[in-house]
Amino acid sequence: MPPLAATPASVRVVTLNIDGKDYSARADETIIEVCRENKIPIPSLCYLDGLSIWAGCRLCLVEMAGQSRLFAACSTQVTEGMTVSTNTERLQRYRRTIVELLFAERSHVCSVCVSNGHCELQFMAQKCGVDHVRVPYRQVRNQVDSSHEAFRLDHNRCILCTRCVRVCDEIEGAHTWDVMGRGSDCQVITDLARPWGESDTCTGCGKCVQVCPTGALVKQGTSAGEMVKDKHFLPILARRRHAQ
Amino acid sequence: MNIDDIDELAQKHRDKYAGIETEVRVCMATSCQSSGAPLVFEALTGAQKAQGPGTCRVKGVGCMGLCSAGPMVAVAKKDEPPELEVLYREVKPEDAADILASVGGAPVARIHFPTDAPFFTRQQRIVRENTGIIDPESFTGYVAVGGYRSMVQTLTEMTPGAVVAEVTTSGLRGRGGGGYPTGLKWSTIAKMPVGQKYVICNADEGDPGAFMDRAILESDPHRVLEGMAIAAYAIGANKGYVYLRAEYPLAVERVETAIRKAKRAGFLGNHICETQFNFDVEIRLGAGAFVCGEETALMASIEGNRGQPKPRPPYPAESGLWGYPTLINNVETFANITSIIRNGGEWYAGIGTERSKGAKVFALAGAISNIGLIEVPMGITLREIIEEIGGGIPNGKAFKAVQTGGPSGGCIPAQHLDIPVDYDSLKTLGTIMGSGGMIVMDETSDMVDVARYFMEFCMTESCGKCVPCRTGTQQMHGLLDTIAKGQGTHKDLALLEELCEVVQATSLCGLGQTAPNPVLSTLRFFRDEYEQKLIAE
Ligand SMILES: Cc1cc2nc3c(=O)[nH]c(=O)nc-3n(C[C@H](O)[C@H](O)[C@H](O)COP(=O)(O)O)c2cc1C
Ligand code: SF4
Ligand code: SF4
Ligand code: SF4
Ligand code: FES
Ligand code: FES
Repeated sequence: MPPLAATPASVRVVTLNIDGKDYSARADETIIEVCRENKIPIPSLCYLDGLSIWAGCRLCLVEMAGQSRLFAACSTQVTEGMTVSTNTERLQRYRRTIVELLFAERSHVCSVCVSNGHCELQFMAQKCGVDHVRVPYRQVRNQVDSSHEAFRLDHNRCILCTRCVRVCDEIEGAHTWDVMGRGSDCQVITDLARPWGESDTCTGCGKCVQVCPTGALVKQGTSAGEMVKDKHFLPILARRRHAQ
Repeated sequence: MNIDDIDELAQKHRDKYAGIETEVRVCMATSCQSSGAPLVFEALTGAQKAQGPGTCRVKGVGCMGLCSAGPMVAVAKKDEPPELEVLYREVKPEDAADILASVGGAPVARIHFPTDAPFFTRQQRIVRENTGIIDPESFTGYVAVGGYRSMVQTLTEMTPGAVVAEVTTSGLRGRGGGGYPTGLKWSTIAKMPVGQKYVICNADEGDPGAFMDRAILESDPHRVLEGMAIAAYAIGANKGYVYLRAEYPLAVERVETAIRKAKRAGFLGNHICETQFNFDVEIRLGAGAFVCGEETALMASIEGNRGQPKPRPPYPAESGLWGYPTLINNVETFANITSIIRNGGEWYAGIGTERSKGAKVFALAGAISNIGLIEVPMGITLREIIEEIGGGIPNGKAFKAVQTGGPSGGCIPAQHLDIPVDYDSLKTLGTIMGSGGMIVMDETSDMVDVARYFMEFCMTESCGKCVPCRTGTQQMHGLLDTIAKGQGTHKDLALLEELCEVVQATSLCGLGQTAPNPVLSTLRFFRDEYEQKLIAE
């Protein structure tokens, strides 16, 4: 007896070329997912496996054959025959500039920061070869919110990646965080811009602190270089949620 | 209802005013209202009442185009083309009696504005055909001039596919700035599987100095609704939104009135004109952020979220409002549709140039004699617009440059004034058609200052989502400021140029991607002005 006719798969598998090598991927995967799976390094700051796509840091931009514009690896799905370059001289130059712009936007004095040595922005600077910043520092003093009993928010270190906003909304379900303002005046806020310690929605779970790439969200009572973060809970939790 | 029925309805409305020979039209659009048009209107209606019933009717109409010379009043024989009317500028309530007395005789010389000037004769009125002629608050006034006939024709005689084909033939390209072929956009959404679809009219109009869309909505709102309904029929949508900025209260009021009256007459809502077609329109008010004109941010705002762009693809055509296929077009794009259906796509394709069809509305502003709105065929040269239609540069000054495309565009210097105005030619000069703002600058303008002004606009309007736009515009503004103050070095200029490249290439949405354009363009044509300001390191 012949087997039952197969039901067509809902997602196709495609082949694409990244930096001269061929890879196979499911058509619903993004370029960054395929790269991570195959250990192709792509810098990123706003992307975090398990959270929705933000596409704001622009560090993951890649070049695509036949296209003059650049594509964010985190928000671009793969297609059959796609040819991607992840590390051209031009991309390296753009990434360096973007990291410089981030360093100059607020105050990042690493030596006194609790995240020194464990900071993704710092790590990105090393990876992209940023040894000095050519644009002038803005030198605006931003507030520190220490009102929460367990955590502290230092706007001076915030790069507005919105990981905290997304994890709190999408994983914890509290939606304590939001973004307020326009342009460089943007700030993350808790509830309706009230002190974090007075928040009625925050459950104190600490997820935002763990996913924050910099020293903007930290545990109270940590001193320079002490704040080590753990993001491993996230992909596991996110997959479990989706599997349900 | 079929074509004959609507023609009959139009005739009935015309018959109502059969005894009227002359119309005294008072511009009641925003600009003239702010310079005193309501008082002029009152004085004219008062004087006319005192005269007793006659063959003359005073009526409020939309923008006549010469907004800086308001309040404008026109005296016209009914059904005459606008070039033949007698036009009055800066009318005061005291002029009312003289204006009425002059009907049929010689114009009142002290306020007369000659209409044989190129400002009137060189225009080609398509979307502005009724503007300044009909009463924008009257549903029947619109029907009387052939309004909603195109809609009835599409609903009763054309298939959706035929409507898309007609728009494709016309060669119409989006008037919101990007110039994307409208027919192609419609056909993409029409081809999406049957189901919930939306139509959005982008009336956010955020370019500084632009007021084309406001004038259309204030002067002929039904025209835009009709265009939207035809689009909805063509793509299979049953719900539309007009996204209008709250700073345009008069436009909001007129569109609201138009929607209400069209619904009451059965021209919007369920079973439009007794067909199976349903289409409902709602207004959504924008809070005036420039970035909310960007389509993905606009839709986020309609959904009740923060007005911030999202990466495309997916394009709205595939996944738009609440994830459904969505057609988003500009006000002026929709305003062209009724003419295209009435006269045919071929007719429209006969106007303009090879790749830019039809006419375009521009808002002339800055150092130019005739400040106001014009509609000209594509392909006309900038020189014709500025020197003839615009009446040249006032106060004996020399022309220096004209900025098109607002903060996303660039400037064009005197040596390129003979370039035809079309999407592609403007691109070769490093600027864009944009939505229609045209700011003329004379010899006294400082181009570094111009670049700094537009950069400041982009910096404050950046939504803050992506790093290059949020921080890059701020750094570029700082560098421009340093250079403008005479404190910049060659290194600063080099850094400025590099940031232009990075921000252009890496920003998420059009705002950031085009923010460097005014700098690049002033550098291209006026580099010496930058260099003169630099100091040695
Ligand atoms: C920053 C930004 C602002 C925009 N503002 C407007 C606007 O005010 N009005 C408009 O019609 N289109 C605006 N657009 C273009 C829209 O995103 C969209 O392309 C347009 O509404 C499509 O309509 P069209 O095809 O009829 O031109 C803007 C785009 C960007 C990037
Ligand atoms: S601690 Fe948890 S609930 Fe509180 S803000 Fe952070 S993520 Fe949200
Ligand atoms: S606080 Fe941390 S996680 Fe939140 S936006 Fe700022 S840098 Fe990102
Ligand atoms: S380019 Fe500017 S306006 Fe557009 S998403 Fe980025 S920050 Fe927001
Ligand atoms: S990781 Fe893709 S834009 Fe931030
Ligand atoms: S507003 Fe009256 S002429 Fe434009």
